[in-house]
Amino acid sequence: MVALDGNSIGGLLLDVFGADLTAAQTICATCGAAAVVAETVVYLRAPGTVVRCRTCGSVLMVIAEIRGMSCVDLGGMAAFDQGADR
Amino acid sequence: MATAAVRGRLTWQTATVTSVITETVAVRTIELDVPDWPGHRAGQHLDVRLTAEDGYTAERSYSIATADDEPVAITVERLDDGEVSPYLTEELRTGDQLELRGPIGGWFVWDTSDGGPLLLLAGGSGVVPLRAILRHRQRTGSDVPARLLYSSRTVADVIYRTELDQYRDGVEVSYTLTRSQPPGWTGYSGRVDAAMLAKVAWPAGQHPLTFVCGPTSFVEAVAGNLVALGYPAGRVKTERFGGA
Repeated sequence: MVALDGNSIGGLLLDVFGADLTAAQTICATCGAAAVVAETVVYLRAPGTVVRCRTCGSVLMVIAEIRGMSCVDLGGMAAFDQGADR
Repeated sequence: MATAAVRGRLTWQTATVTSVITETVAVRTIELDVPDWPGHRAGQHLDVRLTAEDGYTAERSYSIATADDEPVAITVERLDDGEVSPYLTEELRTGDQLELRGPIGGWFVWDTSDGGPLLLLAGGSGVVPLRAILRHRQRTGSDVPARLLYSSRTVADVIYRTELDQYRDGVEVSYTLTRSQPPGWTGYSGRVDAAMLAKVAWPAGQHPLTFVCGPTSFVEAVAGNLVALGYPAGRVKTERFGGA
């Protein structure tokens, strides 16, 4: 499966969080690397959507839809900051 | 941060196809009338959702091909093993309706106030959001210098050729053909590599703002070469797409 980037989950994040988060800042809880969502590594067709750190490869975020509910695991991030950008 | 279950929000709306333009054998531009479209920024995309009679749905993202003061349009390349693109490129007709959400994206966008000089690097249909950036630049009267290097397989695969060839006044467009070149071809040949980028790219000292869009393999190769040329990663924005 080809990895994409965080631009590809803009619509999903908009749906889940109600805001465009492609320019939001992430901090990887494993290696501490800072990156905007758009720069992360995204696998759309894993079991759920898997977002990984481009620096160390650790999982930052998993979003899975189960029985109409979006289940969101943000445990791989030390911080997730929407910032000033709209 | 804890795991949480969040109720999905309904953000989808229905658009009407106002025209379908043939760009190449495999590529169509689909112009859309979207009620209450809030306007978009150059480089943004939208998501299209198709629903089968049995309820199965498939979603894909497509870059918006037009400037923000033009009607919304997407340009779609048919992928023979795709679920969505064959329908959009072959079955869709003027007057048909399409479910979409957008505009989406706050990172891979360019506003005139972001300045330049602009370096735009496109692989295949990755040219679509970069075309939107060039149209936005032109329609706002911006004098930011821009260079586009556009990689296609063959000359017949080049999208927007007539439009791109008309640019003057601060826009330079270069092409490279990776698979075959017609007789008398004066553009570049082969994949975008360090030597080609060294000829086309602005010197890093001019602090260029770079947008790279294409298949993942194209973006990874080009981004690596840009770093080798001394481009700071923070001024290189990338967008990858897959084939499905």
